[in-house]
Amino acid sequence: MFHLIWLVPLLPLIGFAVLTFTQGRLIRPAVAWVGAGSVGLSAAVALWIGANFILHPPAGHAYTLTVWHWISVAGFRPTVGFYLDNLAVIMMLVVTFVGFLIHLYSTEYMAEDSGYSRFFAYMNLFVASMLTLVLADNLLLLYLGWEGVGLCSYLLVGFWYRDPANGEAARKAFVVTRVGDVALTIGLLLLYTHLGTLHIQPLMHRAAEQWPVGSSLATAAAFLVLGGAVGKSAQLPLQTWLPDAMAGPTPVSALIHAATMVTAGVYLIARTHVLFALAPDAQLAVAAVGAATLLLAGFSALTQRDIKRVLAYSTISQIGYMFLALGVGAWAAAIFHLMIHAFFKALLFLASGVVIHALDDEHDIFKMGGLRRELPSAFWPFLLGGMALSAVPFISAGFYSKDLIILDAWSSSAGSPWLWAAAWIGALMTSLYTFRLIFIAFFGEAKTRVRKRPGVRMMVPLVTLSVLSVIGGCLELPAYMGNAPLFTNFLHTVLPSVHALAASRTETVLELLSGVASLGGIYLAYLLFLRYPEWLRGFARQPWGAALHRFWAGDWAMDWLYDRVLVRPYHWFARVNRSDAIDSVYRGLAVVSEAIHGGLSDTQTGVMRWYALTMVVGSVIVLSISVFL
Amino acid sequence: MPVANVALNQALLLAAVLFTLGLLGLLVRRNVIMMLVSLEIMLNAAGLAFVVAGSRWQQADGQIMFILILSLAAAEVAVGLALALQFYHRFHTLDADAASELRG
Repeated sequence: MFHLIWLVPLLPLIGFAVLTFTQGRLIRPAVAWVGAGSVGLSAAVALWIGANFILHPPAGHAYTLTVWHWISVAGFRPTVGFYLDNLAVIMMLVVTFVGFLIHLYSTEYMAEDSGYSRFFAYMNLFVASMLTLVLADNLLLLYLGWEGVGLCSYLLVGFWYRDPANGEAARKAFVVTRVGDVALTIGLLLLYTHLGTLHIQPLMHRAAEQWPVGSSLATAAAFLVLGGAVGKSAQLPLQTWLPDAMAGPTPVSALIHAATMVTAGVYLIARTHVLFALAPDAQLAVAAVGAATLLLAGFSALTQRDIKRVLAYSTISQIGYMFLALGVGAWAAAIFHLMIHAFFKALLFLASGVVIHALDDEHDIFKMGGLRRELPSAFWPFLLGGMALSAVPFISAGFYSKDLIILDAWSSSAGSPWLWAAAWIGALMTSLYTFRLIFIAFFGEAKTRVRKRPGVRMMVPLVTLSVLSVIGGCLELPAYMGNAPLFTNFLHTVLPSVHALAASRTETVLELLSGVASLGGIYLAYLLFLRYPEWLRGFARQPWGAALHRFWAGDWAMDWLYDRVLVRPYHWFARVNRSDAIDSVYRGLAVVSEAIHGGLSDTQTGVMRWYALTMVVGSVIVLSISVFL
Repeated sequence: MPVANVALNQALLLAAVLFTLGLLGLLVRRNVIMMLVSLEIMLNAAGLAFVVAGSRWQQADGQIMFILILSLAAAEVAVGLALALQFYHRFHTLDADAASELRG
């Protein structure tokens, strides 16, 4: 029955093909059925396969299906093959289910858009590419999916292409992630030339056999893979594209730029964790990148006015947590947070979509307010999602996943108090900016009239994801709550468990402290944004306060820096080199040959006596040379 | 009776003069018929040189070559006159310079 695995990516691809080749001639209900239905069917097949996998695991807890040989040349034989193990099952279920819920939501959200069919075509192509990425049994096919999701991200960020700003955001997203992809490509070539295969499982075996721990090749390969992951997952220093990518429609932000595509980097590192175990330096870099990113993005999120940009920075920050977990060897914790994050961040984006729809495309949170009473259908999901994001103890899924990471940042053998401190401050910041958003947008008095209310197709995903954001944590209960780490145990066959130092009383203290961070952040947000907003106003009036605000709001001036260091010199060079210096060589060749052509064509007079004369002169010259020399 | 050296030189000189005259005629005349006549003169100059040389060294080869040149000249005249006829049909003139449509 596992041999039906090829249906999972194929069904959305068929949906894409149908929507593409009908070129928007289908009526809207048909588009909705094809678009959402193909992903729904894919989710059903995935659930069927996943349930069977959990109940009757195949031999070795892994199943490989080779569909066909993609290329066969000079010993290079990558396949189109799917590899199903516990990690892939989880990713497949998350992608198809969250994907289906967001498609269902989109059928109503995008209902009045003129590009309805185009939207679902791109979304289906995205789901197909993402499933190829997570199910691929070799790195080349994974790379195909990797580039496919990048392409769909580009197409969907620039979906409303009539506004040039959206096109610019799309290009930025594409070009910045391309920087990481180049590193990944070089990494794949390095792995292939040294280990002779791209199939992930044999590759990992050979790497572990041939490369000693800390060898320079393993470190180089791991760093290059990390480069790809950093680009795709919007981590430092390539995080600048994600906030701008919010130019796309809200369901796109929910699916691609929160739940699935941006977590592909986390998946890639977890998939190649053997490589990172061989390169402790690279693994430390993963943790450092994660810790730095989660802090920087946390501060930036605190200063944004656009509801979607706040969520974008929170996504960057939460993926930072996942990288931190990967960096300290808590592989399963990273994947657990990936899954829970997919639930609550999709929920937050979908709820913010309800708000944006209700207020006629209003993104500015300071023009919202009082939506708690006006729009409860957005408020409650947003509150539950926000609670999961800020890891409110016990009653949110985010608590179980994030606290696992914060704890492992301290207690893992690769962890350190510094990483823990970063994660703790990040947790405080998370609940601060989340509840800043909630207090400003949903409390206070109403500033804009609500015009539209969500229908059933938008409410079903909201309710489902709300439930998952609350109860999702029971898959992994910590030691003091019955010690039922179902999720970690399930992933045990793929990902090694964390090397923890001996558990001690500090663990209890740490748990308490993270609870304090979460609730303290909420209380601080209450004080600063609801109770005494004049405090912050006074602070912002100070010159250095305003400067700090500008600095954080501009993403720590990284956009400015990249603009000055890379974009402007490039534009300058393009302007200076408008005539293309290298081309002038080839243009010179053309000019010379044209001149020769002109000269020779002048000798073709068509007068026969002239030809005869030249023949005579020529033969006289040749004869004189042979006679007299 | 072999030709004397002096006679050989004079005969070759005659052949060269004939050849040059023919060549000049070919280059100077624009009438196709006259150009064919000039070609005949050049061929005969070459034939004269062969005959004189064959006589000087008592070899039959020179006369064989002359017969070859005669048949070549006959063939050339046949083709050349046919061409001249077609030329006249097409251009209504015998001026060779009129046929310069292939100029670059």
